[in-house]
Amino acid sequence: MPGDLGLAGLSDGLMTTAVVVYSLAMLGYAGEFALGRGRARTPAAAGTRVLVGAGPPAEDALPEDAETGRPRPRDVGVLLGRAAVALTVLGWAFHLTQILTRGLAAQRWPWGNMHEFTSALAFSAVTALLVLLYRHRVRYLGLFVLLPVVLGLELASTVLYTAVGPLVPALNSYWIAIHVTAAVIAAGCFTAASAAAVLYLVVDRYERQRSLGRTVGMSGIAGALPGKEVLDRLAYRTLAFGFPIWTFAIIAGAIWAEAAWGRYWGWDPKETWSFITWIVYAGYLHARVTAGWRGRRLAIVALIGFGCFLFNFFGVNIWVVGLHSYAGL
Amino acid sequence: MSRQPDTDERPIHPDLPDEWPIHRDDSVAFGLRGWVRWGWRQLTSMRTALILLFLLAVAAIPGSLLPQRNLNPQRVAEYFRQYPDLAPVLDRLGMFDVFAAPWFAAIYLLLFISLAGCVIPRTWRHAVALLDRPPAAPRHLSRLPYADRWETEATPAEAVAAARAELAGLRFRTETDSPDGRSGSWVAAEKGYLRETGNLLFHLALLALLFAVAAGALFGYRGNILVVEGDGFANTVAAYDKFDPGRVFDPRGLQPFSLHLERFQASYITSGPQRGQPQSFQARLRYRPDLESPERTRTLEVNHPLEIDGAKVYLLGHGYAPTFEVRDGAGRVAFSGAVPFLPQDQATFTSEGVVKVPDAQPKQLGFSGFFTPTTVRTDRGITSSFPAATDPAVTLLAQAGDLGLDGGFPQSVYQLDTRRLTRLKAELLRPGDTMTLPDNLGSITFTGYREWASLQVTYDPGRVFALATAALAVIGLVVTLGMRRRRVWVRATPGEGGRTVVEAGGLPRADAGGGFAEEFSTLAGRLRSVTRAETSRAEE
Ligand code: HEM
Repeated sequence: MPGDLGLAGLSDGLMTTAVVVYSLAMLGYAGEFALGRGRARTPAAAGTRVLVGAGPPAEDALPEDAETGRPRPRDVGVLLGRAAVALTVLGWAFHLTQILTRGLAAQRWPWGNMHEFTSALAFSAVTALLVLLYRHRVRYLGLFVLLPVVLGLELASTVLYTAVGPLVPALNSYWIAIHVTAAVIAAGCFTAASAAAVLYLVVDRYERQRSLGRTVGMSGIAGALPGKEVLDRLAYRTLAFGFPIWTFAIIAGAIWAEAAWGRYWGWDPKETWSFITWIVYAGYLHARVTAGWRGRRLAIVALIGFGCFLFNFFGVNIWVVGLHSYAGL
Repeated sequence: MSRQPDTDERPIHPDLPDEWPIHRDDSVAFGLRGWVRWGWRQLTSMRTALILLFLLAVAAIPGSLLPQRNLNPQRVAEYFRQYPDLAPVLDRLGMFDVFAAPWFAAIYLLLFISLAGCVIPRTWRHAVALLDRPPAAPRHLSRLPYADRWETEATPAEAVAAARAELAGLRFRTETDSPDGRSGSWVAAEKGYLRETGNLLFHLALLALLFAVAAGALFGYRGNILVVEGDGFANTVAAYDKFDPGRVFDPRGLQPFSLHLERFQASYITSGPQRGQPQSFQARLRYRPDLESPERTRTLEVNHPLEIDGAKVYLLGHGYAPTFEVRDGAGRVAFSGAVPFLPQDQATFTSEGVVKVPDAQPKQLGFSGFFTPTTVRTDRGITSSFPAATDPAVTLLAQAGDLGLDGGFPQSVYQLDTRRLTRLKAELLRPGDTMTLPDNLGSITFTGYREWASLQVTYDPGRVFALATAALAVIGLVVTLGMRRRRVWVRATPGEGGRTVVEAGGLPRADAGGGFAEEFSTLAGRLRSVTRAETSRAEE
């Protein structure tokens, strides 16, 4: 029998719940921006020589010191931010349960169609956000990761909605667990890194405008963000973590393709766009060590990489005919 | 053992890899040799690599958005019909064979030449560096991007020995200017050699991967064949419907196996929103790996190919082959057998095909029609509502005349050349039904159906090698991205009042990830304490 309808309904309900909780978390993060928690930024510019002796090095620290350095515990903004983090964790728990119940209802890995992929992707992005929150206190990233997550889940539960069902034979392989899981984890990293890259561009624009003596509209947001170098490094580290996983996902896909279609690489549109995404991110890693490519250009390369990834996930499934088309809408 | 400090002359910037570019030879270029050298230097520069990477990404895009001949020739033909003006232009640019186009090959070959040109010399240099000791301390440690300075009561030699012991304990490779490690004035330390090792492993593995892919394409083959239940084939070039050998493939190298399709079975979801979606495909085979071996059996499934002697047999698709018996005007059986029909749509398996009976007398007979596995009548005609054969029927249009087979041109077995045929009649037949043709031209009986499976046989001798190189590339990546390479120097000199001045300097190499400042400050703190720094007198 295709699936257990009770569990499936529970799963759908949990998705709605997760969306609501994430949206509340977004409100919290936005509130923290709106109320302004002061400039978290440290002024040191990249590449300057720092005499380190006393005190933590300003240039290299991620913004936790900016927060712990000058705590304003009664600040409503900070409270909102903390509440947002708690809500993110709560939403994440609902989301996890949603995916598990979906898998139980279908009795298989819960990423066999676009609806399920999208949910898994969003879940991975929130997981990446939580890891970064834990390790680097990046509350400023919350709003910008949750925004695509909520949009994605909305899409998943409307346009992309698919009832629980078994897999078509071509997808019925343990490689779906390996290949798709790796791709989804990498995607979470890409999403978080892209949020950092966007914020990099915001701060960069803000700083350039200000240095020209213009007044800039986004001073509220820009003022609450850490320095460019911190954002740049955050994007890099997240991508440097995600890139080998993406490489592995492509290789696992090639092994699967070899088992299913008799060739490990055939330039099918899905394969081609995975390759393009991979090349663009390899370009990002190269650009970092190439003179003249750091800064704004680098952030743009990271965003192009994410654009390629999104196109591969959504564009190729929807508009391009290929072997992967059975994943279906 | 005194060596010239080599760091002072280098551009010291935390973001620039100090080992790049490899060619430091900036002698003025003269003549052809100079130009060649200049060109090579450009080609193997990091900036060129970057541009070629982006070019490769852009070049792959049309290959994914335009139909490609190797993947789907029908869609290319359709594109030509839809855009008769544009298509030939695109075709001349190779846009329908992007991944075989010379310009695409040019980009990736240049990229790989650039790769070889930068990675091979680098490997050599890295091998030397692995055997070498960390370079001596530069004269001015305070000029390094990360530096610290403090004073201590310890003697310079004690301070250096303590610093060295501490750094060695942190798994730095160390070197001092005194052989016994006790009377020196500086210590040099380096850590993270594996980063470069991983990076080189990754790039070399990519290079090897290219060769593995090329080997597979040159020495392998791929053949496609449609086999009806009850039929079989032997692995020969002639047996295949479509055969793509590699450029240097020798057909005598075909593995001498033969196989026979006993039965094909598909199962589908029978209810719910996914009704009609396939659940499993199974092809039961009998095969012989070579002429002498005994026959074996095996069930072939999607995702589970059969491997025979390096060649792999895949189940790619399936369909119906209705069986007919055709009698001609004289009442003689002019045709009897199964005719594969091609599915027009995977959801219902309405399939099209033709039956050609050139031996029929007095006129040749041709039938075109469709097979509906679960037959339903709608107001738009007869169609199928489910892919399994629960209520099969064929709807046939009978024609008589000249099939046009003698023209010398190859004809598709799935199409009738109707130019010299006259239509006789059309009828829906269920198994066992017979349609009698007018004018005593004969009759056709729909006797039943069999299933067919489309199989693909591939042989790719580069496959395992490609997998190995890909795995090495991932290992190299993980190592290189998880490692940091840095150098630290400590120098102790006698200062005023019998005290010792200790200076420490650090240099991250290609510190793409950043974070060295934190690490250096922690390290400097530990060095201060092991050299018994006077914190009260410390700087600032
Ligand atoms: C087939 C094309 C290539 C791909 C896919 C590729 C990919 C990569 C990747 C993913 C990294 C990141 C590892 C790291 O940051 O350490 C990297 C680093 C590097 N690549 Fe490539 N690469 C290619 C070609 C080249 C070429 C042609 C050159 C020489 C000009 C080159 C030189 C380097 C160097 C020097 C690094 C080290 C950067 C560092 O130390 O951080 N690569 N490459």
